[in-house]
Amino acid sequence: MTFILEIINGAISLISGMCVTTKAFFSPVVTVQYPRQTVKISPRFRGHTKLVADEERPEKTKCIVCGMCERNCPSKSIIKVEGEKLEGEKKKTATVYILNFTTCSQCGLCVETCPTDALAFSADYNAVSFMKEDFHYDLIKEFQKRIKA
Amino acid sequence: MNDIIQIIGQETVKVIIGLIGVLILVVVNALMLTWLERKVSAHIQRRIGPKEVGPYGLLQPIVDGIKLLGKEILTPANVDRPLYYLAPVLIFIPVLVSFVVIPFDTCLQVKDINVGILVILAFSSLSVLSILLAGWGSNNKYSLIGSLRSVAQNIAYEIPLLLSILPVIFMTNSLSLKDIVEVQREGWFIWKWQFFAFLIYFIAGLAETNRTPFDLPEAESELVAGYITEYSGMRFALFFLAEYTSIMIISAVATVFFLGGYLGPILPGFVWFFIKTYFLVFVIMWFRWTFPRVRFDQLLNFSWKILIPAAFINLLVTGGLLKL
Repeated sequence: MTFILEIINGAISLISGMCVTTKAFFSPVVTVQYPRQTVKISPRFRGHTKLVADEERPEKTKCIVCGMCERNCPSKSIIKVEGEKLEGEKKKTATVYILNFTTCSQCGLCVETCPTDALAFSADYNAVSFMKEDFHYDLIKEFQKRIKA
Repeated sequence: MNDIIQIIGQETVKVIIGLIGVLILVVVNALMLTWLERKVSAHIQRRIGPKEVGPYGLLQPIVDGIKLLGKEILTPANVDRPLYYLAPVLIFIPVLVSFVVIPFDTCLQVKDINVGILVILAFSSLSVLSILLAGWGSNNKYSLIGSLRSVAQNIAYEIPLLLSILPVIFMTNSLSLKDIVEVQREGWFIWKWQFFAFLIYFIAGLAETNRTPFDLPEAESELVAGYITEYSGMRFALFFLAEYTSIMIISAVATVFFLGGYLGPILPGFVWFFIKTYFLVFVIMWFRWTFPRVRFDQLLNFSWKILIPAAFINLLVTGGLLKL
């Protein structure tokens, strides 16, 4: 009797297995054809840092060249932050901000410590180059290119 | 042209033309089945599968074939050369010959032999020999283990295969495949008593063609690729073609014996034949991407303890009922 029950149970389990694959067969495909299709990057994705525009003057960054990010970076990835004081302005305006992305570990300490919230993570995930110097980003230039677009 | 026909006889010409047709069918069918296998596996795993070459990736198998043809034919050192060379050729001939007797339509058959099913069974058991040759000739432990497994498996599963076909032969009193189809005008044998015979035939057929869940001879996880480990290029392709063609033959014979062959309403006969056959091929592929591989003792136990007794009981009951 147990022998027959075993066969029946086996047959049932085989059929239920086939039901699972049938369901998968008719379910929509989940593959993304990468170069032609891209998925939406989640808002908390950590790419390289980018400078945020001032709300009142969108052509300017919020950066006041205080150097907190440079000092706090654990891997010394922020190479150079420089700025100048323009006439009629209270605070400094950044002119150079160079980030060495090859050593950056996206820890986010610079974003955390920035007193004016001038830094944020970008959604740039497909950076590629043969030269490591190409990953020394000048964030000011990148910002200017971004607002032009 | 007429002179040639008169010299060699009309029947011979018909057979030659038929064989050429079969050869084309076999190659095209095997190529398309590799495409289908990849598509079915992809969709079961919710992927896309081949899509770059041609519409829906339909030309992918042709490109693969060109790649395999272009490869260097490697012969490993220390192989048993005659056997190693012979195996891929020998495995392809039996599957080719089996197509000669299969009736695709009322008139579409190369030759209606009155022992048709015997031809198919005899030739399909020859493929074991070439697997053994491949395993032995390769001089490789994985190949040898794979081929020995294949022999044990084929001996065990040939018996239920034969025993599940016998009741149908009892009911039709004929070994000719065409007669067997014609008898089914009153009802397919799968619905007329022989459902269990169909199940046994199909399971045994899976084992005969070394398909999952009985693919122990080429178990990738333990034996690399079993008996085809040492083969590459076009020789490998021949094994591949033979595997897919034997799947087609198992499905075609199941169609003829249990699913009414070319019989069906409205559509022409050969369309029905191919619909039924390819449905069974699809089911075999569906099995492959659903079931895990069985253990070797389970494989043999299943044949000797369940399939053979069940097939015998089925045969006795059918015989008894026919006598009454």
